Amino acid sequence: MHADAGPQAPPPETGEGIMKLDIKLCGVGGQGILSIATIIAEAATEAGLHLKQAEVHGMSQRGGDVQSDLRLSTEPIWSDLIAKGGADMILSMEPMEALRYLPYLAEDGVIVTSSKPFVNIPNYPDEAAVLAEIDAMPHSVRLDIEGIARDNGLPKSANVVLLGMAAPFIKLIEPQQLRAAVARIFAPKGEAVVAANLKAFDLGLNHSQNK
Amino acid sequence: MSEKRLLLGDEALALGALHAGLSGVYAYPGTPSTEITEFIQNNPLAKERGVHSRWCTNEKTAMETALGMSYAGKRALVCMKHVGMNVCADPFMNAASTGVNGGLVVLSADDPSMHSSQNEQDSRFYGKFAMIPMFEPSNQQEAYDMVADAFELSEALQLPVLMRFVTRLAHSRAAVKVNEAREENPFNPDKDLSRWVLIPLNARRQYAKLVSLQARVEQSAEDSPYNWTENLDGKHPLGIIATGIGYNYVKESAPAGIPILKISQYPLPVSKVKALAASCEKILVVEDGQPFVEELVKGILGADYPVIGKLTGRTGDKANTIGRMPLTGELIDGVLPRMGELTPDSVAAALGLKSGPVFSPAKNVMPRPPQLCQGCGHRDVFAALGFIANEFPDSRIFGDIGCYALGFLPPFRTIESCVDMGSAITLAKGAADAGMFPIFCVIGDSTFTHSGMTGLLDAVNENSPITVIISDNFTTAMTGGQDSAGLNKYEAICLALGVEREHLHLVVPVPKNMEEIKAIIRKEMMYKGVSVIIPQRECMQTLGRRLRRQKQEKES
Ligand code: SF4
Repeated sequence: MHADAGPQAPPPETGEGIMKLDIKLCGVGGQGILSIATIIAEAATEAGLHLKQAEVHGMSQRGGDVQSDLRLSTEPIWSDLIAKGGADMILSMEPMEALRYLPYLAEDGVIVTSSKPFVNIPNYPDEAAVLAEIDAMPHSVRLDIEGIARDNGLPKSANVVLLGMAAPFIKLIEPQQLRAAVARIFAPKGEAVVAANLKAFDLGLNHSQNK
Repeated sequence: MSEKRLLLGDEALALGALHAGLSGVYAYPGTPSTEITEFIQNNPLAKERGVHSRWCTNEKTAMETALGMSYAGKRALVCMKHVGMNVCADPFMNAASTGVNGGLVVLSADDPSMHSSQNEQDSRFYGKFAMIPMFEPSNQQEAYDMVADAFELSEALQLPVLMRFVTRLAHSRAAVKVNEAREENPFNPDKDLSRWVLIPLNARRQYAKLVSLQARVEQSAEDSPYNWTENLDGKHPLGIIATGIGYNYVKESAPAGIPILKISQYPLPVSKVKALAASCEKILVVEDGQPFVEELVKGILGADYPVIGKLTGRTGDKANTIGRMPLTGELIDGVLPRMGELTPDSVAAALGLKSGPVFSPAKNVMPRPPQLCQGCGHRDVFAALGFIANEFPDSRIFGDIGCYALGFLPPFRTIESCVDMGSAITLAKGAADAGMFPIFCVIGDSTFTHSGMTGLLDAVNENSPITVIISDNFTTAMTGGQDSAGLNKYEAICLALGVEREHLHLVVPVPKNMEEIKAIIRKEMMYKGVSVIIPQRECMQTLGRRLRRQKQEKES
C-alpha cells in the first residue's frame, strides 16, 4: 500500500574510507526537519565526527519552504554551506521540496523523501510528474511516511520514519548509533514517546533495508 | 577545565559573553541576532548571577541602557540585527566619544541575501564611522573566544567594541570548546564625570582623545591573533584577503599554497595588506557583505595594483554568470557577485575553479512563500480591510515590519508599504499631508512601541486624517514570540498620546465579529482626524506553546 518507493537506491555501503557526508535537509515550515538535524547531530557528536549545521530560521510564519545544510566529516569542516553538486543526500519531508535542491545533489548522491505532497500553494505541480521526476534520478527512495506513521499509530513521528529510511545511507554513522540518539533526544519526553519514535525509526529503516 | 558544546554562532557568542563576566544583555529581537539574548535568558549561570536579559523596547533604549551599565563599571552586551544599528546610531556614535568604563560590546548581525531583512547594509561601515575596534569572527569557536578579548580591549582602550556577525555564522551550529566563567566586574561607577557630559567644551576634548587613540586601535588589529597570513613566502600570481566567514569558503576550495590574509579584527591591518601585496601580483578580496575591505585595499595599494572582488573583475565577460542580477540577468561587475551572500560556489568560481551543479534545476518546482499561520488574527484584520478596500478603491493601506508584511502577498494583497520599524504611521501621515484620503496604517503591537508611538503623537498633534490599526497579538511574533514591551498598555498609551476616547476601539478579530469590525472601520475611516482600532488576539504560535506547557504542567 505504501510501498511506492523508487526502485533505484544504491546498496547501502559500510563506512570504510568515507570521509564526509553532506546532507541537504528540507521540507515545509513546521514539518520537523530541525528535529531530524538534532538527532543526526547528536549521533555524530557521540561518534566523534566533526559537524556543521546551517539552518535558516527567523520567519515564524508557517508554510514556507525550509532547509538546513548538515555536514559531517572525519576531518574539520570549513564551509557552513554545501556547494552545488556536493550533497551526498537530499533528505526531504516533502517531494517537491526534494526537487528544489537538485542542483546541490552530487553525481552519486541519493534522494530520500516523503512521497506525500504538502499542497498549500495554488500552483502546486502535478503530483505524478513530481514523483516521476524523483524516480528518474539515479538514486532515490520515497515513501508515504505520514501514511505509515498514521497507520501505525505514530502520527507525530513521520520525520523519524524518514530518518530511519535515511539511516542506511548515512554511511559515517551506524543505524544503531542513530537509533540510540533517537532514544536520547526523546528521553526527556518520557518512555512512551521514546518507544513510539524507536518504532517509527525501525519502520523507516526496514523499508530501506528490505527492498 | 574545558568542555565541548554544540552551539549556534549566536549561542557561542552569548556563552562567551557570560563566561567573560557579562552583567547585562540589552537587545530588541531581530533575525539573525535573537538567539543570543534568548540563550542568556535561559542560561542557568545567567539566572544564578542575575544577569540582566529582559528585552528592550528598541535598539536605541538597548544601547543607552548598556552604556549606563558600563558607566557603573559592569560589562554589557548590546545585540541587534543590522538595521537596528540605524535605530541606535545616535547613542552608538556618541558612546565612542564618551568612551566606556565597564567593557561594552555591540553585536550587529548582518543579513546578506536578505533572508529576513529589508536591506544588505554592512555594519562594518558603522565601526569605521565610529572609529572603534571591530571584530568579525569566522566561526563559532572564534565567536566564543573573541567576545572575551573584545571586552578586554574595550576596557583597555575605554572604547565600545563592535562585533559583526552574518546570518550563516549566527544560525550555524558547530562544536565549541568552552572555558570556565570569569567573575563579573565589581560595581565601580566612573569617577571621570566630565567625559559623559558632551557639551561642546567636553565633546571636543573627548573627540580629540578618540582621534589620538587611533594609533592604539590600529595596533591592536595589527597584533591581533585573529588576523594572520598563510603561505607568504615566494612570489605568487594571486593572493587572497578573506574576512570573517569568507575565509571558510576560501579554505574549502582554494588550492594549497595560495597566500591568504585572514581578517577578523579591524581596522584593516595596513602592514599585513602591504606584505601580501608585495608577494602577489594580484589580490582577490573575499568578504561577506558590501565591498568594505575591497575599497580600503584599493586605497592602500593605489590605482595601479590590481585588486579584484565585488567591484572589479571580469566586467563584460559573458561567460561569467555568477555576477548577474537575479531578476534581470544584467551583469554586475566583479568576480564575486555584488549582492547576496557569499557561497562556496561563488568563491570557487572567483578562484577560477571548476565546480557547480551536476543536475539541472527540476522542472516540477514552484516557489513556496511563507504564509500567515492558519488562525492568525492578522488574517481576520486583512480580511476586514480587504472588504473595505474593495468598497473604497481610492483608499491606501500602509504597512510595517512584522508577520503582517505578508499582507502584501496573495491572497490578501492589502498592504502597500513596509519600509522600516514604525513607518506605517508616519508614511500615512505624510501622504495625508499631501492630500490622500482615506488612509489606513497597519502596525503590530511590538513595532508600535519600538518606533510607532512618536509618529502617532505627530499625527495626533496635527489631527491627521488617518486610521491606525494596531494589530495586537501580545508578542513580538515574527522573531518567534518574544515579550512585547507594551503588553496590556496599548489603550492607555494611545489615550495618553491624545487619541480621542470615542475614536479608539478595541476589537477581537475573529470571523464572527467581522461585521462589527467592518462597521467600525467604515465609520472611522471617514473621520477627519486620528482614529485607532486595536484588534487583540494572541499569536497562534505563542498560544500553542502556552497550551502545551499548561498541559505538561498538569500532567506532571
Ligand atoms: S507567528 Fe503569530 S503573528 Fe505570525 S503569522 Fe503566525 S500566528 Fe500570526
